[in-house]
Amino acid sequence: MDNCVSAQNSLVSVRNLSFSRGDTVIFDDISLDFERGKITAIMGPSGTGKTTLLKLIGGQLYPDKGTITVDGQNVHQLRRSELYTLRKRLGMLFQSGALLTDMNVYDNVAFPLREHTQLSESMIRTLVLMKLQAVGLRGARNLMPNELSGGMARRIALARAIALDPMMILYDEPFTGQDPISMGVLVHLIKSLNNALGLTSIIVSHDVHDTSAIADYIYVLSGGKIAGEGTPQEIQQSESEWVQQFMTGAADGPVHFHYPAKDYVDDLLSSGKRY
Amino acid sequence: MIKFLQYLGQSTRTSFTKLGRATYFLLQIISGILSVLARPRLLLKQMYSVGVLSFLIITVSGLFVGMVLSLQGYYTLSDFGAEESLGVMVAASLVRELGPVVSALLFAGRAGSALTAEIGLMKATEQLSGMEMMAVDPIKRIITPRFLAGLLSMPLLAALFSAVGIIGGQIIASGLLGVDEGAFWGQMQAGIDFRDDIINGVIKSVVFGFITSWIALFEGYDAIPTSEGVSRATTRTVVNSAFSILGLDFILTALMFGDH
Repeated sequence: MDNCVSAQNSLVSVRNLSFSRGDTVIFDDISLDFERGKITAIMGPSGTGKTTLLKLIGGQLYPDKGTITVDGQNVHQLRRSELYTLRKRLGMLFQSGALLTDMNVYDNVAFPLREHTQLSESMIRTLVLMKLQAVGLRGARNLMPNELSGGMARRIALARAIALDPMMILYDEPFTGQDPISMGVLVHLIKSLNNALGLTSIIVSHDVHDTSAIADYIYVLSGGKIAGEGTPQEIQQSESEWVQQFMTGAADGPVHFHYPAKDYVDDLLSSGKRY
Repeated sequence: MIKFLQYLGQSTRTSFTKLGRATYFLLQIISGILSVLARPRLLLKQMYSVGVLSFLIITVSGLFVGMVLSLQGYYTLSDFGAEESLGVMVAASLVRELGPVVSALLFAGRAGSALTAEIGLMKATEQLSGMEMMAVDPIKRIITPRFLAGLLSMPLLAALFSAVGIIGGQIIASGLLGVDEGAFWGQMQAGIDFRDDIINGVIKSVVFGFITSWIALFEGYDAIPTSEGVSRATTRTVVNSAFSILGLDFILTALMFGDH
């Protein structure tokens, strides 16, 4: 395999990661690489710990075993101040947008700039307007977060995530619950921002179609393991039945339509006592 | 029996771990104080929402409590022909007890519950988590300013409560009950000691402000991030604050006025 080559060019590398929550094993000894300048997608059914992976990369959670390095630094061995310095170079787009509800759009985008830089207000204004222009919402700067649609909130959150010109953006389910138009806008934005700003992007999603359209490399997770990996074409042609079922959305396959139960006929003909 | 012991042990353990988390949280708050003092605007904004917005409830309640004290006190004192002491009675009860305690209870209901709900919802909508990912410490940016605002607002609100209460008492005393105004104020001036009465009242209200803000912020920060979790945390804030205020009031009163 060309694993060594990709490991050298990777911005984030996850090695032998294990993580469990209570008795549930979320990751079982997995290794992944995220190449610089590329869009890498992590896919899998709901509840496979995709968001957990992002939180591990961002240093909000600690793994049971294994290491995660971001730009050569082992995230979980950094001191708090070093971790914060690293986080300034990461942007994260939360599923809900996570905009601060007591500030308007403009102040939300200006927030990281005001917290981390000594720039003058006029300079901040220029930067904020540039970031808002990039996501097409310069005209919405005076709205409050509760006046925004879901798609707009995510675009504002994206503008905020790129405010400090990060090296990498982590997207948590960017397409969930979007209408086709805002979905198209987001797909286009993620792709063009990645190319224009030379970012590295990690997308966590279970939206097969749109994610395949922009991802350079895909990992499919299932049951704490990597079920398949490769370019979108390779994944489409994967021999794994499980991956096939996931990509085509078939109702029955290795993942059964029915929740485990006793025989249907027996169940119908039984006395009906509650167990 | 075994089950009962198990339950007892488990709930003791849960409450002690919670106490531990709360103490650690408090230390984190305190370590953020310097950075908040460097940005007074954050503090002022919270002083407004925690303190200024509680003005109305504190003023109205203070006025009525003072008026009722005056009425009730008059009927007892007049039996002994001591109506002139009404001023001391009203002022002493307000400054020593009712001012700090009632305003703290109102503060827990008005501002404490609001703080818990606000922080809990910020947690539920990933705003705290988002801030952490933007390399902004939510304790320093969100929690500590609110804590300091509560700590500073509480004695001011208690003072306002007592002042308005005394005015209410005086209005009833000289307007309705015909107590001599000069005697009312004169007796009060002679009978209230600055160190013993006023300073002790202020100390009480600082302690209540501390405990109420701590409970409210911790419950919000520790809430289960769902609508049910936030609602339960809000209830716990009001109930636990009320218990703490009343319990501490007893202890403080015993320490301050016990040897009289």
